[in-house]
Amino acid sequence: MTRTRTWLFSLGCGTLFGAGLVLSGMTQPAKVIGFLNVLGDWDPSLMFVMLGAIAVHALAYRLVPRAKRPLLADTFAIPSRRDIDLKLIVGALLFGAGWGLAGYCPGPALVALDTWRPSVIVFVLAMLTGTLLAGRLEHWLHHRNRRAAPASTAPHGPHPIPEAAAQPRAAGEANGVR
Amino acid sequence: MNPFTPWSALAGGALIGLSASLVLLGLGRVAGVSGMVSGALQRQPAEAGWRLSFIAGLLLAGAAAMALDPALLGPSARSWPELVAAGMLVGLGTRMGNGCTSGHGVCGLSRGSPRSVVAVVAFMSAGVISATLTGVLRGAP
Repeated sequence: MTRTRTWLFSLGCGTLFGAGLVLSGMTQPAKVIGFLNVLGDWDPSLMFVMLGAIAVHALAYRLVPRAKRPLLADTFAIPSRRDIDLKLIVGALLFGAGWGLAGYCPGPALVALDTWRPSVIVFVLAMLTGTLLAGRLEHWLHHRNRRAAPASTAPHGPHPIPEAAAQPRAAGEANGVR
Repeated sequence: MNPFTPWSALAGGALIGLSASLVLLGLGRVAGVSGMVSGALQRQPAEAGWRLSFIAGLLLAGAAAMALDPALLGPSARSWPELVAAGMLVGLGTRMGNGCTSGHGVCGLSRGSPRSVVAVVAFMSAGVISATLTGVLRGAP
């Protein structure tokens, strides 16, 4: 597995994904809002996007246990957390609020950058700012918790148990961040 | 005004699902765009590289769409303050919630993740309330 091959493969996947977003109508904010605005001229089309995607993708997860390793990587890095915390719920609510307001979620917004429209650029810049801010906040909270819990023995070792349950950062962000 | 397009929606969804499956079985990763964005901002090439490539792929698809018909990437009727607020909410929320419509909605639900079920219910509810309220206050786009 070479890095170039991995990146080219990923490029291909991204292009396919983007094509799917365009074909499905997700890159048209009016259509997204038409689906989410239940008092307007309701258009249920986008429900079929998720149905179509899950119908195909669920099959892939059945193949994972049978595969020893991915084609181009050493291991599978599938998020395994099962706990439901306030951070998840609040985060999802905030995301939904933003999505319903502009009709853009991350993927379609990036695809739409090719229009060079100021509205898209403004949205994407704001989105990146929000992401970075959340990251900083997470980082700050994490270090504040560590300072408040001097019982931890190794400064660079595993995190103290209460934190690991709240904000797991094991193996980099790979397992936590989707 | 809003045509019902179930077949192109299904087909588009299938392509998304196929792409996510390739990412899973080829790279062993979850194809969640918000995670791609967060990860792409990191400094380690091992983490950022493949994610930046994926995002480049999204941009390629957008370029192709522009060449075919710019209306495919339809305009937004929202004002700049609304777009900034929406963008911040999406960026903050997806990072806090560890996922978006692709990460939780497609990938998470496909593997039956309880976290994703909760996340999807939450962002769908919030999305409906947000869009409906905005529609009432501002008029449909």
